[in-house]
Parts: sequence; structure tokens; C-alpha cells
Amino acid sequence: MAKTDSRSGPTRRTVLEGGVATGVLLATGIPVHGEPADTVTAADSPTPVPTMPMSLRINAKDFAVELDPRTTLLDALRNHLGLTGSKKGCDHGQCGACTVLVDGRRINSCLTLAAMHEGDEITTVEGLAEGDRLHPVQAAFVARDGFQCGYCTPGQICSAVGMLGEARAGWPSHASADVAAASIALTDAEIRERMSGNICRCAAYPNIVAAIRDAAEGA
Amino acid sequence: MTETKTSENRPSETHTGVIGRPIDRIDGPLKVTGGATYAYENALEGAAYGYILGAAVAKGRIAEIDTAEAERAPAVLLVMTHRNAPAQPDFGPAVTPTVPEVFTRARPALNSERVRYYDEPVALVVAETFEAARAAAGFIKVRYDEEPGLYDLPGHMADAYAPKRTNAGFETDSMIGDFESAFAAAPVKIDATYRTPFEHHNPMEPHATLAAWSGNELTIHTSAQTLANFRAGIASTLRIPPERVRIVSPFIGGGFGSKLIAHSDTILAALAAQVLQRPVKIALTRQQMFANAGHRAEMIQQVRFGADADGRLTGIAHDVWSAASSFEEYCEQTAVFARSLYVAPNRVTRHRLVPLDINRGEWMRSPGEAPGMLAFECAMDELADRLGLDPIELRIRNEPAQDPERGVPFSTRNLVACMKEGARRFGWERRNPTPGRTREGRKLIGYGMAAAIRPNYIGAATAQVAVDRDARVTARLDMTDIGTGSYTILTQIAADSLGLPISSIKVELGDSRFPRTAGSGGSWGAASAGSALHNACNALKQRILKAAQSSEASPLHGASATEASFANSEVRIGQRSAGLADLIRRIAPDGFEAEGSVAAGATTESYKAYSQHSYGAHFAEVAVDCDTGEIRMRRMLAVMGAGRILNAKTARSQIIGGMTWGIGAALMEQTVLDRRYGHFVNHDLAEYHVPINGDVPEMEVVFLEEHDDKANPLGAKGLGELGVCGAGAAVANAVYNATGVRVREFPITLDKVLPALPVIAI
Amino acid sequence: MQSFTYERAASAEQAAAAVAARPDAKFISGGTNLLDLMKLDIERPAHLVDISRLPLDRIEETAEGGLRVGAQVRNSDLAADPRVRSRYPMLTQALLAGASGQIRNKASTSGNLLQRTRCPYFYDRNMPCNKREPGSGCAALQGFNRMHAVLGASKACIAVHPSDMAVAMAGLDARIETISPGGETRTIPIGDFHQLPEAMPHVETVLGHGEMIAAVTLPPPPAGRQVYRKVRDRASYAFALVSVAAIVEKSGDRIRSARIAMGGVAAKPWRATEAERTLAGAAASDGAFTDAAEAALAGAVGHGGNDFKIPLAKRTMRHTLAAAVESA
Repeated sequence: MAKTDSRSGPTRRTVLEGGVATGVLLATGIPVHGEPADTVTAADSPTPVPTMPMSLRINAKDFAVELDPRTTLLDALRNHLGLTGSKKGCDHGQCGACTVLVDGRRINSCLTLAAMHEGDEITTVEGLAEGDRLHPVQAAFVARDGFQCGYCTPGQICSAVGMLGEARAGWPSHASADVAAASIALTDAEIRERMSGNICRCAAYPNIVAAIRDAAEGA
Repeated sequence: MTETKTSENRPSETHTGVIGRPIDRIDGPLKVTGGATYAYENALEGAAYGYILGAAVAKGRIAEIDTAEAERAPAVLLVMTHRNAPAQPDFGPAVTPTVPEVFTRARPALNSERVRYYDEPVALVVAETFEAARAAAGFIKVRYDEEPGLYDLPGHMADAYAPKRTNAGFETDSMIGDFESAFAAAPVKIDATYRTPFEHHNPMEPHATLAAWSGNELTIHTSAQTLANFRAGIASTLRIPPERVRIVSPFIGGGFGSKLIAHSDTILAALAAQVLQRPVKIALTRQQMFANAGHRAEMIQQVRFGADADGRLTGIAHDVWSAASSFEEYCEQTAVFARSLYVAPNRVTRHRLVPLDINRGEWMRSPGEAPGMLAFECAMDELADRLGLDPIELRIRNEPAQDPERGVPFSTRNLVACMKEGARRFGWERRNPTPGRTREGRKLIGYGMAAAIRPNYIGAATAQVAVDRDARVTARLDMTDIGTGSYTILTQIAADSLGLPISSIKVELGDSRFPRTAGSGGSWGAASAGSALHNACNALKQRILKAAQSSEASPLHGASATEASFANSEVRIGQRSAGLADLIRRIAPDGFEAEGSVAAGATTESYKAYSQHSYGAHFAEVAVDCDTGEIRMRRMLAVMGAGRILNAKTARSQIIGGMTWGIGAALMEQTVLDRRYGHFVNHDLAEYHVPINGDVPEMEVVFLEEHDDKANPLGAKGLGELGVCGAGAAVANAVYNATGVRVREFPITLDKVLPALPVIAI
Repeated sequence: MQSFTYERAASAEQAAAAVAARPDAKFISGGTNLLDLMKLDIERPAHLVDISRLPLDRIEETAEGGLRVGAQVRNSDLAADPRVRSRYPMLTQALLAGASGQIRNKASTSGNLLQRTRCPYFYDRNMPCNKREPGSGCAALQGFNRMHAVLGASKACIAVHPSDMAVAMAGLDARIETISPGGETRTIPIGDFHQLPEAMPHVETVLGHGEMIAAVTLPPPPAGRQVYRKVRDRASYAFALVSVAAIVEKSGDRIRSARIAMGGVAAKPWRATEAERTLAGAAASDGAFTDAAEAALAGAVGHGGNDFKIPLAKRTMRHTLAAAVESA
């Protein structure tokens, strides 16, 4: 029995080549200081990929980059901007390791395009501490051993920071008995439910809950 | 009895002595700020991105592969297939490997037109960007001559064969007395067949490698539990001397046994970097990990107990049939623990393999005990139920005085103490022995327990330790920290031995240039690397003392006393003492260095003379929705007797992690192998369920005070897997206690209990 | 993921026109499902029109006493809106039972309605799937179909719609407003919006190419207590095995009216009209709930792995109706 695997549907050659004239191969994210982003072109390289210019504001710094429109926010951070704190665990929004804050809200950076975030204020795990002083959630994760291998940790911490904001705003959760209540008490059951979008395979969950409880109580 | 209770990790400095103290992880600040750099994240000038295309069939050959369009695609640098990949050795025949062979054999990729399993790599695209490589992989057209394959364990039981040995070198079968006659004559019998499914490790960090050549030296930044294995496997595959391969792996985003050997990301990155003469990085996608990075095999397990009316076992039989790969044998040691757990005069354990057209299984956390105890400890619960005996009492009545099959004494064995202490703390007396009778509202409540046992292994390890003129210590070994806390406990061991503050110790791991250890696996890491470092520190102290006594520049010159100590940053010989830094500056401005080693446990007299295991007891409470059958955890408790605890905080984390794996195995984890196509159907984290935060209840962990002086100089034993052993059975037994439904096919999903749940009036 | 060009839409009309102009163009809003599928080459648009910043992100009172929810309102904002929480608690419950906090912060109202099935064979390009590749067959029919449909399925496809939100909206008789490239608008009752597979499972909704959802209108909240109950394999972050949205209005000891929708059982949010008829005027009793559940699942067909969904759906409906009546 013969089976053919051909993923190529209609090819996009025309579209691709249309962008070549201004094509920039690799863009290294550099903070903007009145200069355009570097242009790097490998000498013996093939057709470059089309890119588009975009400016991103991350951890209170502006970056001007030329990126393939397909670049997710996560890959922009990790592969182009040297911000590797945000992790790729599944690349499909099924694990939460890539969680960052966009205008204070937690999102999966793997399921969004970098190009869609021009004009947004993006905060990654690298942007939470103030100098050597850890953010209270970061400090609580260390004190409570809220991680083991550490790979899901940046996502957990960004998620927790965003989640605490949601709870302060009185947002209910699936664990809330009365979704119409004006405010919620951040019980352990509430923390567990609200943090369920961040998988920890080492399973530090009880410690993550304790860390977030401490941070919420300002302990 | 004294005990260390660590119900929660409150920051605490109350303990005396550095070893055992619940200090925060040394690498904690790096991990919470994003500063810990994992394999794929290393930045090297000019690094290109690889993306693997996997086979669309599970068995056959590549009849035609058209890469032209991919090669023309933007930013593509290389398309590698079996037609143009650098020559590698053949994989070799499907024989029973010896323990070292498993780790050293060549693991070629893109080496043949044969397809041995679904999603096996058939091409690699390397491009300037990740996006370009991934897109171009989609332009490759492959035509396969597909062949019929075998994908059905129960359907091919007739093909079962006995391998030469199991994983870790155990005997395939064991037989004492005459089980069949004893079983036939037993007044009380249990004959239960359990099924455990395919499972996947799913560490959060996908397998990833950045490979770079410098002349004929290859550097591999990867995510490896055991650097020496990677080094040997890569060297064999590339046919270069191991000395020319350097493995760097300071941070590992979880492994659980799936990062003990190099996978295709590593081999293909090394090959592509060689062809392109530039660094190449490749990560498996989450989906690709299911076929390409190991699994726990599906098993059918028959457990038989014969007992007298008082519950004394007259016979124990544990037979295991496991799915296996047709091209590389791997036999999980599923019934081996049963040789040591309970006493009975007649006993048999057997392992059989059924070859299928799938990739090989790998060592998934607690290989052997995880699936084996799930079946065996549930069957014990069945026996207790049949006898009308409390499950703890049943186990106490079958507690052996010495290892029942080896006939040697136990080094330590606190199983009964663990069960009794656990029963007291958990409120076991509140358990209703009649199942299905305890209700709270529309929830059925159940309690369950199970024993835990896990062998103590020691792997050969060497550590190097150096102290400089400021009394700052650097310890180096090729050990890894996969989240277990190696950095932290090794720091504690050195600080304790040398009498220095934690802040004076720097432990460097994860570089194959450092002395070789057994790495992280089999729960041997802490005891092996820790003992090596302990011995290295002792050697260092001897060197310092010798120089301190003999050097004329030494404030301790001529001191002669048998009692010497290192404490509070001072060296004391008899009544005289000197600051360590001051002493070193005077007698050895370049500092001191020393090495220390331990031999592999299996080769030592102590290992031959004593049966060495860690033990524990797990307790679980579940609630089952009587309308929907949804099973949710309420609380868990583990009481462990596992030798000396090196860090109460990281130790507890290891155990709660293991307990959560027990929840996963009991209630949700299962990879479905499609019996028509031979692929794992639910190959992502949306469809393969691992426990999430909401699934994990309050957990309590108690370590009994224990020091196993037969195990190693530290008295410590492994913890990384003990938490899993029996945990799932405790959950499953709680489900039975709640519902009266004994599900023998894991995982226990709601559809399996629902038909037996009564419709309760509203 | 194949190459595409990207533009940020300036207005709803312009967005619709931009997509209509190219057969290979698509809208992108939250992106949480579209990018997921694009990474696997299951969706392959050559041009993306970003509508996430269009001013369709408001929740407004309607003259009839309901709410008009802009298509770009994020799932989390919709769930947290005090008016939704107090007047449509079932909708909040359904939203909060879906996905994760992160995904709800990104996913839009319109995107949630338009999300595609999670059938693992649909998600694997090497497998036959009539939805992904019409005419290639359905691998789920004889395969691993534990998550699949028991109602309204066909020989061509047994996939389910994965949304929770849409189930609550079906129970609330929501109406979907669209805008077409020419600027014309239309309103589609949610019950008519999704298509059952029949012979063409790749056609999932009645939307035309370039037709864009502008808003979802919730009629005034019906009388009665609202309950959304989702049954799943883990405690959170999992798709429904079955779910039931129920609103029961009581009059004395009798049920005046009931509205029931089910999730996880069909290719669309399944309105259980037979069950509703059974309940209208019946005594609020266990027997009536059981009869309703039997009526709702009367036409259900299992495919082996999902047979359990039929009794599960009945039991879930029975106790959900009881919960809705409890304090109605």
C-alpha cells in the first residue's frame, strides 16, 4: 500500500517573493536608541524570508525588529530578543510555560503573533524583579520551593502575578460558589483552579499554592 | 520515635547541622528570574534552526522523497534525508542489551529508508529561522511503501517471549517453592489481571540540543540527565572518540527518565552542524516527543495470591506481559519489587515481552514499581477485602524478617512503622471497611492505602573539590540537577564536611569536562554524587591537615593530635585552631584540590550482604461524584523511611511530585496506540492528561528518622521515585473504598466506575 | 506554518472586504485556535486580517433588556462583567469552565464560537479526516472516539464542538450579528449558526467567506435559575465529556418552562428541545428530570469508545435540572 505525505497545498511562492526586495533575514532585537535594527544577511544563504518591521515594548524597553510575520511573541522573545526566560513547553497553549503579561494580563505568548502586540506593554519574567530585589511572588516561590526543574516556573510566576490582579479585581472563577458575588476570597481551592493553566510536571503544585497564598497575604 | 515533619515548607533555620536543613534551593533565584539557561536557549553566533519531519506511517519504507521544493524555500540551508545524511553505523540487531550497551550503542538517524515506527524522523530541514525550517518541512513530499504492522498487545500475546534479563540487569524470572500447588491448595485466593496503559514522561522542557563544532571537537548543549551516556552514544553514532565530545547541561527542564540517552534532536543537530559548519539547534515538538522520546509500555499483569484464613500468604505470583519494540528490547522490571516486599514460601515472578512496531520504551520514573505496584498493591487490597482484614494488618502479617528471595538481611526496613504512623496521622480508623457506604451529600468518600518500596542503587561517581586562599570551595562533577535539588544538597554536603558556610561553596554540574558520575536516574543521584563529594571533601581535609601539620608556615605546625575537625571556618587539631582561609594563605597560596569516588553499589560487599531499599506508606482520600463518576482527590499522606534526609525541603518536594504522578497514573494518564495506524492518538498535552493544579489536594509528607549505614557513607537513600511507588494504588484503593467498584484497567476514568454507581434519589 | 502577509484592520467593513477579496485570507482575533492549527499546517491562510483591535469590545445594554456583546470582547471580560454575572450566571460559569485563565484573556467571543473541533484525527495531518480533507474518510469512526459525538453525527464525521460558552449561549437563545463585505448585516439565531456534519463536515457554520461576526446579542434573561455543569476527566483545563446548561422556571411545585443545552455531544451546542417539552408543565420531580434526560438522549448513538456519554449525559442532565430547581 502506498501512502503519500504531501503537506504542501497551494504554495505561497508569489507572496513570498513579493516581499523579497525589502527582505531582511535575521533581525537581532536591539533596544532603540535612534538607530534602526541591525540587518544581517548570510553571504551564501538562499532566498531570504520576507519580514516586516515592528516595534515591541518589553519590560519597559523599546525594541525595533524586522521579523517574519509568522513569528509568535514567544519565539520573538526567545529567538530574536535574547529574552529566554519565557519557556516553550508545548507551543500550543496547553501548558502555560510561555505565560507573559500583556498590559498586565496573563496570556500564552506561544498562541499570539509578535506583530499583533505593537503598542502593548509586555512584561516577561525578566521584568518582574527590581534590580536584585525579587518580586514578592518570585521570593515566595523560592521560599516555598514552588518548583523543581524550573522550566515551568517563569510561566507560573507571570501567571500568578496576573491571577492576583484578576482576583483583586473581583473576577470569579470556576471554583467560586457564587459567580455574582462582588468579591472573592482567595482560598486554596481558588488558587488551584486559577493556576490550572500552568502545568508543572515535577508537580510542585502544593508549594505553588503556598507561595501564592504567601504573596497574596503579603507574607 | 523521632521524626521530621514537613507539612509545608515554611522558611526555617531552626535545625542544627547543615545536612538535612530545609535551605532554599541554591539555583532558586536564577530559576525564578528566568536566568537559568536551558539547552535551546544558549546563544551562539550564526546558529541555524532545525525542524524534523516524521514518518506518516508506522512500518514500511520510503519509496520516494522529494525535497526540491523544500530546498528552494526561503532561508533553507539544508534538507537532510537518508540519501544525503553523513554515514553512521547501522542500528544493529534487536538483542537483549547489557546495561552499558543500552547507553553506548549508536543511535543513527536518517540512516535508512526503513520506517520502524510512526513519526520516526525521515527528514531534517535547517534554515535561518525556526519559522522557515518548520514551513519547509511541510514542502517535503514522501511516498511510502507501507507494510502491515503489529500494534495490539492483547491481540498478539501468542508472540510473547522471555527476554534474557530485565532492565537494570535483573533476572527475568524468579521461582521459589511450588507456587501452583500452594495456590491450588490455598483456602483464600486472589487471581486478578490488571492492565496498565502506555504513558509518556512529558517533561516540561522538550528534548532540545544546540550542537557546535570547533575543528573536530563537538560541543553539545542539551537537556541530559546523564552526560556520560550522551557522550558515549553520540561518539558511537558519529564514530568519533568520546573525548572529542563535550556535553553541557547545567539546567534540565525535567527528564523523568526520558533524558538518559540521546534522541534524534541531538544526533541530527550534531550531523547538521557538521555538514553546515555552523551551530544548529533542534527541539522536538511536544507532539514529536510522544513517538521519539520514550514511553512506559502498555502491560498486562496477572497477580495471584494464595493465603490462609488468617491472611498469611502461602503463595505470590506476579506475571507481566509488556509491549516492546520489535527493533530494540526494553523490559521494564515490573515484578522485581515483588521479590522483596512480602513473605511467602512459594513465589514466582515472570516478565514477558510482546514485540510491536513501535519505538522502544524508556525508563519512566520508577520503572518497575510504578506500574507493578499499581497492580500488586491493588491486588493486596482485594485480598484484604476478601479476608475481611484491614489492609495494614494484612501487610503486617506478611512482613518478612529478611529479604524473602535473596535470604539476606535488610539494611533498614521501616515499612511497618511507616504504615502505623501513617494510619495514626491520617485517621485511618475512620475508614469504613465496607465500600460504597460513606457519603457526603452527593459524593462518595473513600480511603485507600498502599505500601511503597524502591531499591537503593549506587552508581560509580567521582567528584573534584578545590579550596582557594579565601576558603572558597568549588566542587565539580558531571552530575546533573533535573529539579531534584542536586546543586543544593551537594552544597550542603560540602559545607557540612568542611565546616564552611553555604555561601562559601560553589557547586558546578552539568559539564562532561568534570569528573564522571552516574548522573540523575534511578534515584541514585544524591547518594552516588553525594558520597563521591563526601569522600572528596574527606580527601581534601586530609591534604589540608597534612600540610597544616608539616608546613613551617602553618600556625598548626607540629600539632599532633588524633582529633582534628573542620567547623565554623576553622581547622582544629587537638587544642589548637586556625582560620581556614588564614591557614591556606600561609601554607598553600594556590589552595588545595582533591578527588573522591564511590564504586557502583552492585559491586560492593555491603550490597551483596544486605537487601537495600527505601520504604513508605501512602494514604489517599477521594471523593466520587455519584451522579457523574468524577473522581477528585481530597488529601494524601506519605510516611517515608528512606535513610538520612539531606534537605527536608527539597526531599518533601520530591515526594509530593511522586505522589502526584501516582494520581496521574491512577486517574488520568494514558496514551492510546491506534491499533490500525500504529500512532499514539492523543499526542499532545491537551489530550494526554497530566495532573494540573486543580487535581492535586493537600499533601502531607513525613520522613521517619533513619540512617542507613549499609547504603553509603552518608546514610542517605534515593527519594526521586519512592513517592510514585504505591501512590497510585493508594488512590485506586480509595476509589474502591468509595464506590465498591474495582477497576482493573488503568487509568480509572469516570466511564469505568459510572455503570456501577447506583442512581441516588434526588 | 505557511507564509502569510499580515494587516491590522482599520474598521469592520474594511476587514470584511479584505478577507472577501482573497479566498486564502482569514480573520485573526485571539488567535488561540487559529495559530494552534496553523502551526500544524491544518489551517493555511496566506493573508491574515487582524481584527482584534476593532472597537467591537464593548458590552452594551439593549433596548429589550438584554446585552449586546461585541465580537472582540475577551472571554475573561465577558465572564467577569457584573451584568453577565448577575443576569446570565450560566454564561459566566460556562466561560470559566473553559480553557485556562491565560486563554480566556486572549480568546474572543467570536473566535470561541468559531473554534474547530479537537478531534485528534483532525489534528493529525497523516490521518484521514473529512473535515480537514473532504473525501479522505473519518478515522475516528472506528478509532479512538471517547471524546466524540453521540447526537447529530454522520458517517462522515463524529467530531464535537468544543466550546462551553456556546452551550450556555444556545440555552440563552443568543443571536449572532454579522457584517458582510458590502457592509450589510444579518442576525442568525445561535441554533442556526453551526451546521451538523451530514456529508460536508468541513462546512461548520452558515457564515460566508468574508462575513464577520460583529456581536452576540443576549435576549433578556429568562425567568428561572441558571446552572452550567461541565463533566470532564480532570478538575480543570480539559474539554467537556458532556456539559449541560439548564434554566428552569418553576411555578409552585410545577415547572413552567425549561431551557436545556448540551455540550460535548454533537458538532454544535445541542439544544434539548424534546427534554424541554417533556418538562413544561410537569411536576418538579426526579421522575420528570429522568424523563427529560431520556427524551434528550433518545436519538443518541454511541460509537464504542463514547458509548458511556449517553448514560453520563442523562445522569448529568438529571442532577443539573435538580440543581436548577433546588432554589429556583
